[in-house]
Amino acid sequence: MLKELFAKSKKKYATVPLDREKQDVPEGIMTKCTGCKKIMYTKELVKNKKVCLHCGYHHPMSSHERIEFLFDAGTFNEFDKEMISVNPLDFPDYLEKLEKDRKKAKINEAVVTGVGSINGYQVSTAIMDSNFRMGSMGSVVGEKITRAIERAGELKIPFIIFTASGGARMQEGVLSLMQMAKTSAALKIFSNEGGLIISMMTHPTTGGVSASFASLGDINLAEPGALIGFAGRRIIEQTIREELPEDFQTAEFLLKHGQLDAVVKRTEMKETLTTILKIHAPGGEWL
Amino acid sequence: MIYELEFERPITDLRNKIKELKAISKDADVDLTAEIETLEKRLEKLEVDIYNHLKPWDRVQIARHPARPTTLDYIPLLFNDFIEFHGDRYYGDDEAIVSGIAEFNGLAVTVIGHQRGKDTKENIRRNFGMPHPEGYRKALRLMKQAEKFNRPIICFIDTKGAFPGKAAEERGQSEAIAKNLFEMAGLKVPVISIVIGEGGSGGALALGVGDRIFMLENSTYSVISPEGAAALLWKDASQAKRAAETMKITAPDLNRLGVIDEIIPEVRGGAHRDSNLQAEAIKEILKRSFNELLPLNSDDLINQRYMKFKKIGEYEFAKQQPEGEPKEVEQHS
Repeated sequence: MLKELFAKSKKKYATVPLDREKQDVPEGIMTKCTGCKKIMYTKELVKNKKVCLHCGYHHPMSSHERIEFLFDAGTFNEFDKEMISVNPLDFPDYLEKLEKDRKKAKINEAVVTGVGSINGYQVSTAIMDSNFRMGSMGSVVGEKITRAIERAGELKIPFIIFTASGGARMQEGVLSLMQMAKTSAALKIFSNEGGLIISMMTHPTTGGVSASFASLGDINLAEPGALIGFAGRRIIEQTIREELPEDFQTAEFLLKHGQLDAVVKRTEMKETLTTILKIHAPGGEWL
Repeated sequence: MIYELEFERPITDLRNKIKELKAISKDADVDLTAEIETLEKRLEKLEVDIYNHLKPWDRVQIARHPARPTTLDYIPLLFNDFIEFHGDRYYGDDEAIVSGIAEFNGLAVTVIGHQRGKDTKENIRRNFGMPHPEGYRKALRLMKQAEKFNRPIICFIDTKGAFPGKAAEERGQSEAIAKNLFEMAGLKVPVISIVIGEGGSGGALALGVGDRIFMLENSTYSVISPEGAAALLWKDASQAKRAAETMKITAPDLNRLGVIDEIIPEVRGGAHRDSNLQAEAIKEILKRSFNELLPLNSDDLINQRYMKFKKIGEYEFAKQQPEGEPKEVEQHS
């Protein structure tokens, strides 16, 4: 049975156009790496935290997958799960799009927030999810993240944000823009109280999210290969009329230009975060 | 001669006609006084009709008017003894942002604003008012300096957005903007931000985390330009006019959404028609704001500023929860 599936997909592999190749791999059992195009068992890929076993490509991860691999079993408590978006600008089709993504991504909004433990260290966290409206930030995302930061302050625990977002959500217009100010202001207050802020940027982290909380960690980290930047590549190319280097706006590019503390492989992420949390908690004291 | 906008053409046409009639009645031996009077009345009515019912796209045109007063136009009209200070102390001096110290109504203040050009040459020098990271870092340096000497800060917002370029990304455009949002939220001195032209996205917001946010009546403030929105939404930048309406970017829109404190009324037809008079309106609102803000101590200022931004946004709670989570939300709100 397995062999059959394998053979079938292999046969098709040579004949279909590149961008459709991925669909030919039987979903669930086998996955084709976006990076090196090699086919591997989904089970093994998931076991390796969705990092390709051959080329190290970091495949996108849903918020709940990230919670599962990063937080100690049974410690994650989600907050504000039922907070949902409204349509403040009466934007055409917005509510329908939200509904569609709620069904598709099985989450109510583009960020999951909560309190959980990483190797025993309790943190308040916000984990963005690019499966929902490209992880874009509207009023709900801004409010949930702001509450998660305030919660970190109340509980005197560190705040870790995992970003994955195309930027501000167009359909909420200037209200989305203002969420940048709101979240940044919450971080400033938390920071003044001595709170530790860690930003872990994952693919993609761009626009208004990149230009607010994602860049405001005491420690700014990123996953390998993640696209991180303010303006879109196409817009920059059109503006300056020059071709950009291939690695432009990747995590590695940012590291080279002094914009990141470190690039952290997902397979080493839990360990790295634990070490950082440990060093910031001398004698078990928080903040 | 002030350059006319498309929606103003009926006014211009009528005005020209009146001028013609006046010329005729002067040269020829005919009395057209009655006709001229009728037309002048009609002109008055037409002006009211057009200028009191501006469409979003009309306001975009006014906000982008080449003759619209810029930061450097308002500074001499509002302040005494302005001295410009340059440079971010790390990389360079970004002329898309001007900053310095001055005196306002007997009060020492720091003034910071986006600066666009009025002609091609000046626009190249000012990079069309689109700052690089060093511009935002210069602004932040001046804000911190103001805080040290307990000077209130006045910011003029007038940019299409932060510059989208290779060098800007390499030097950390995102970080520069984010840092300004973060640090402005903690400033111990009053901050007043006024949108005087276009308020484009994060590049505008980086001067916009104030205790008071005002917009000139015909200015705009948005997450993306109408052209950008049209390209994204309908894959057609020529639909900008429609996007200007959909995106709700005008001063009355932002007032309704609860984002700004107040609209500063403009001279009929736009600020460019009388910058002196416009400056007077700005002066009044600055005086009033300082009267309200100066008595506050720094903790109250910071707290109220935070609450001001915290309440921006609209959301609700789903009636039923997908997976029976305990109701812990309310106590944390």
